[in-house]
Amino acid sequence: MKIVVLVKHVPDAAADRTFHEADHTTDRVGVDGILSELDEYAVEEALKLAGSESGEVIALTMGPEGSADAIKRALQMGADSGVHVVDDALHGSDALATSHVLAEAIGKIGEVDLVLTGMASTDGGMSVVPAMLAERLGFAHIGFVGEMSVDGGTVRARRDSDVTETVEAATPAIVSVTDQINEPRYPSFKGIMAAKKKPVESWSLADLGVAAEQVGLDAAWSQVQSVTKRPERTQGEVVTDDGDGGIKLAEFLASRKFI
Amino acid sequence: MTFELSADHEEFRKVVREFAEAEIAPHAARWDREHHFPVDVVRAMGGLGLFGLTAPEAYGGAGGDLTSLCVAIEEIGRVDQSLGITLEAAVGLGINPILTYGTDEQKQRWLPDLVAGRALAAFGLTEPGSGSDAGATKTRATLDGDEWVIDGSKQFITNSGTEITSCVTITARTGTDARGKPEISTIIVPSGTPGFTVEPAYDKLGWHASDTHPLSFSGARVPADHLLGTRGQGFAQFLATLDEGRIAIAALAVGCIQAMLEASVSYANERTAFGVPIGNKQGVAFQIADLQVMVESARLLTYKAAAMRDAGKPRDAVKQAAARAKLHATENAVTATRIATQVHGGYGFMEEYPVARFYRDAKILEIGEGTSEVQRMLIARGLGLSVE
Ligand SMILES: Cc1cc2nc3c(=O)[nH]c(=O)nc-3n(C[C@H](O)[C@H](O)[C@H](O)COP(=O)(O)OP(=O)(O)OC[C@H]3O[C@@H](n4cnc5c(N)ncnc54)[C@H](O)[C@@H]3O)c2cc1C
Repeated sequence: MKIVVLVKHVPDAAADRTFHEADHTTDRVGVDGILSELDEYAVEEALKLAGSESGEVIALTMGPEGSADAIKRALQMGADSGVHVVDDALHGSDALATSHVLAEAIGKIGEVDLVLTGMASTDGGMSVVPAMLAERLGFAHIGFVGEMSVDGGTVRARRDSDVTETVEAATPAIVSVTDQINEPRYPSFKGIMAAKKKPVESWSLADLGVAAEQVGLDAAWSQVQSVTKRPERTQGEVVTDDGDGGIKLAEFLASRKFI
Repeated sequence: MTFELSADHEEFRKVVREFAEAEIAPHAARWDREHHFPVDVVRAMGGLGLFGLTAPEAYGGAGGDLTSLCVAIEEIGRVDQSLGITLEAAVGLGINPILTYGTDEQKQRWLPDLVAGRALAAFGLTEPGSGSDAGATKTRATLDGDEWVIDGSKQFITNSGTEITSCVTITARTGTDARGKPEISTIIVPSGTPGFTVEPAYDKLGWHASDTHPLSFSGARVPADHLLGTRGQGFAQFLATLDEGRIAIAALAVGCIQAMLEASVSYANERTAFGVPIGNKQGVAFQIADLQVMVESARLLTYKAAAMRDAGKPRDAVKQAAARAKLHATENAVTATRIATQVHGGYGFMEEYPVARFYRDAKILEIGEGTSEVQRMLIARGLGLSVE
């Protein structure tokens, strides 16, 4: 079984996030990046599935130079190889362009049985790329999966949304997984050392046969007009208990419609 | 010439720190308060490969070096000294002797589980009547047919009574040598051997989440092939074991000083007195500057000793480097906890702040695996002084 895991390199949510002044795109270069935490679940699931079926796991990312770190993390966790799509023209690409490029990359990898993704990226948070990819590739798509198994050419998955449903799909399929599906492993020392020897290919747009005009900021269907920093947290309100502390707390909560 | 760790070691440090901060730090105070040995976390540390860093791949290890083990111990110790010593003792005292002196059969039997963190081994050297003077062991093992019969007791033995402890390696008198001196050998005693009792855990000043017990042996029988290494070589074997252990203890001390430095810097920026952050006062800031020097100097001595061992330098040179690192790092750890507690004022005496826990935990660093006096004795002897 050949599994591609989409891994995204995102600014560390624990640190301050910044945007480029000129075009309001997320600053991905001058900040500490990590593998999107939600993608770690996808990597873990891929490793588990590959482990039980003696499969191959390929980590795929699209992004600037530093994004190779997301692949590295996946390789350290145990993925077999990586593909990094990197091209200056990609800067500012929207979800449509991203899904186009990733679809081409998955096509080029070839004979893929399963594509696993996180349920959203922790920076953009649109959750649309998996569905778009499925449409472009003609793969089945199962989103928000909290439990899954693969048996021969059939994926069986429990979808957790407003209702819980168990569905089946024939491979090739794209499955986006939630943070309920497993407990991602930490890379081991052995994994870190082994990762250095694993192959990572770097592909440009030309390698994928995608024209520069089809991607990037200028081709984006939506444009960010402005960004505003989240307001600083305020001090909060201190309730002094003069015997009526409970009532005051209840009033406060009621005024905010918590109770 | 460079004084930095390799990029691989630093990369590994990042992962261990991430693990320590997510899986250990949030619970350390509670485990300490409840004297709870978190066996699940020990298993998770096993998953990270921490117990197998120095073991060969054949037994499931990473075939790595002592330096990587020191990095792991430093980072775990930075958030929780109890789990730091659990790791140190498991590898330095549990795995190491079996790995170094074991037969293929012994290694096959014990190492895979120990290396994976599914089991823990302990090392029983200290006795009620002999600690620093470990050669004065009274525990006896007598060969009866094809079994050793063991009688005696051990004391202060780390990792000896956890639910996953699989065996304890002990030193015992197995006879008298040609010159009439006691012959000391090392024997592996499986947990649960009849006649071998793990007594109730100690009530300790610190290391509350680490497992320490007295052990007693009364007619405990183990097969003759449980002898570890060469009969009569027990003394030399444990001395060699302790050299590496001391470097690892120094790494645990480095983690302690680092934690005290970070806690002090952040508190000194937060806490105000007389209208300014206390860090604006030289009396406070200069003490914290000293912490920075302590952690750097301790780290240099520790990793130098580890690098010497990894480079296969002569044993005597490694022994001296280990003694220097252990002495310097552990004494500075005790001083660092005193300073950090002082910087925190009254809050530093409250268990609500981790510095209070580190203050209690640090003292044992100057005692275990050779007291400061023993280290000074070794260093003095290394200088050619015939100190007794
Ligand atoms: C929490 C904990 C965990 C431990 N874990 C283990 C373990 O897993 N396995 C194990 O075998 N042991 C273990 N120990 C034992 C530890 O290694 C000993 O306590 C230590 O070596 C000191 O021995 P002692 O307690 O008998 O002190 P003593 O040897 O009686 O020392 C008392 C004092 O006399 C000093 N002294 C002794 N001899 C000399 C000398 N020649 N010159 C100058 N001063 C001297 C010492 O430095 C010390 O200050 C542990 C101890 C503790 C507290």
